Amino acid sequence: MTNSSEAEPGLAGRAETVASFAHEVTLLSRLQHALHSNPALVPLIVLVISILVFGALLGGKFFSSFALTLILQQVAIVGIVGAAQSLVILTAGIDLSVGAIMVLSSVVMGQFTFRLGLPPFVAIACGLALGTFIGFVNGWLVARVKLPPFIVTLGTWQIALAANFLYSGNETIRAQEIETQAPILQLFGQSFSVGGAVFTYGVIAFIGIVLILAYVLRHTAWGRHVYAVGDDAEAAQLAGVNTRKVLISVYMLSGLICAFAGWVLIGRIGSVSPTSGQTANIESITAVVIGGISLFGGRGSVLGMLFGALIVGVFSLGLRLLGADAQWTYLLIGVLIIAAVAVDQWIRKVSA
Amino acid sequence: MLNKLLLGTAFCLAAMSTGTFAQDAVTACLITKTDTNPFFVKMKEGAEAKAKELGVNLKSYAGKIDGDHETQVAAIETCIADGAKGILITASDTSAIVQSVQKARDAGLLVIALDTPLNPIDAADATFATDNFLAGELIGKWAAGKLGAEAENAKIAMLDLAVSQPSVDVLRDQGFLTGFGIDVADPNKWGDETDPRIVGHDVTAGNEEGGRKAMENLLAKDPSINVVYTINEPSAAGAYQALKSIGRENDVTIVSIDGGCPGVANVKDGVIGATSQQYPLQMAALGVEAIKQWADDGTKPTPTEGKDFFDTGVKLVTDEPVDGVESIDTTEGADLCWG
Repeated sequence: MTNSSEAEPGLAGRAETVASFAHEVTLLSRLQHALHSNPALVPLIVLVISILVFGALLGGKFFSSFALTLILQQVAIVGIVGAAQSLVILTAGIDLSVGAIMVLSSVVMGQFTFRLGLPPFVAIACGLALGTFIGFVNGWLVARVKLPPFIVTLGTWQIALAANFLYSGNETIRAQEIETQAPILQLFGQSFSVGGAVFTYGVIAFIGIVLILAYVLRHTAWGRHVYAVGDDAEAAQLAGVNTRKVLISVYMLSGLICAFAGWVLIGRIGSVSPTSGQTANIESITAVVIGGISLFGGRGSVLGMLFGALIVGVFSLGLRLLGADAQWTYLLIGVLIIAAVAVDQWIRKVSA
Repeated sequence: MLNKLLLGTAFCLAAMSTGTFAQDAVTACLITKTDTNPFFVKMKEGAEAKAKELGVNLKSYAGKIDGDHETQVAAIETCIADGAKGILITASDTSAIVQSVQKARDAGLLVIALDTPLNPIDAADATFATDNFLAGELIGKWAAGKLGAEAENAKIAMLDLAVSQPSVDVLRDQGFLTGFGIDVADPNKWGDETDPRIVGHDVTAGNEEGGRKAMENLLAKDPSINVVYTINEPSAAGAYQALKSIGRENDVTIVSIDGGCPGVANVKDGVIGATSQQYPLQMAALGVEAIKQWADDGTKPTPTEGKDFFDTGVKLVTDEPVDGVESIDTTEGADLCWG
């Protein structure tokens, strides 16, 4: 063995630094990086700006605790369904059946109480179980049979909606009957006020669900697995994640949350109406997308969805108070959706 | 070869069907927008009962959802092929359906529009419908009567159906305003009125959820609203929930239109002050009778005098009658209600 310096004399004057890219740290790239690590930041900024703009235009009428908490009440249902939608979209899936699960579950809760005469809390448990079951069917078809989520939930959406109309006969259960016989069904419609700000239990449930999910997704093994499956299912499997189990559990939890939204819905509208929630799937996807959750899966935060839902609520109420035609709301929300996805694409280009 | 075979089979089937029905019964078709809305469910019940009574063979078709035009076109074609004598239709797309309706009339069928007039109205042989303008006018007059002198200072919320402003939406809205004594500007659209008593118009999609949200939006605009017009009873129930959440359910007058059983029960409970009741069962039963008549001796139904359609009637249901507006109470209303 000879000394290495003798064997490679040419290396004596070699450069000591390792090869690297010239990395220009501009303000823009720093922003890009910050947004990449905090996906809820963009919708939060948009939300704050839109509140300030409408506040400036409308003054006290909009900037009152009444109006601001009203927005929370108006987005609570879509927000809860949006939390379920967020879970599924984080796994690179999509759930078109959310609204149908919600309304079918609320109908089951109502009809089991009034037609079958079950105690209300049993009927509520049945509704929640049914939602979870439909979620299981979705998850099983996606994870086991390997059908695309779009197709699976397109199917279960129609099935649940048709079952809803067939079972209910499109009968509305009136608020007054529920009030006297099964007030627990309207639990989430009850409210308390803190100095002019009105909070319903539904709003508390909405914020609670989002915070719990945000914690679980960030700090538990299951939560990290959900992100891993959405980011790259194959890599996750190779790393030892049981992807099927994770997928099925995600759809089941989504179904359960939607069924819960059905309960909250009864509180909100007072009655059990089979015609509610027809557009909840599209509205929840809108909230998720504006909230900066990537439709390609694995990136985004459920807090972003909360801000996304609030942005839609702020625009709807703000524009109505300004006296604008309701069509302007839809137009602007359309612009927001495209802008949100464009920003998402830009952030994805960040060098990690 | 295959074509000939198919053609042959089609002929056989056509011959068979016309043959059998010519022998035993007149065939009539009922085509509704959906078969989930209680209004259309009741319409179907009415038609079926009358058909049974007259020995008419009734076939029912419905779109999958409101606005499902293609299914209705297919249903008309099926009825023509079936050798039916007449068609009763509530069209989803009142303009686009005209071509198919003309095809049916050319083939010798009597076509009657139920509830929803076609565009133009004379595209059908006859129209059996509620006078929606009158329905609105009745609740408008009642609301003005109930407020008395205070009508001058009313704060009115208008909860309409949809931004696309379908004719029923416009007729009810403008009817209400006319009845209340407000200048409607252009009677062919809502939202162009300048009377300061109108706080605003918002849309409800005709359900509880939309009714609550629209009411909340208008309350945010002006919390002193004391009169609420609603396009139908589910949206009225939603509006009531919004008022209740701020403790104003007892000092606001809500009026509505439809006369469904839950709606009449809501009038009885004081949720809704008054509602205009329409009669879908009657529409369908009269329609079946007209087709039978047409099949028997070729006479067509004639429209109500002074109107371009056959008015199937509307009544105001309330437990607080006011002077000068004819009404029935909720007990009678409950006997006549649908859905």
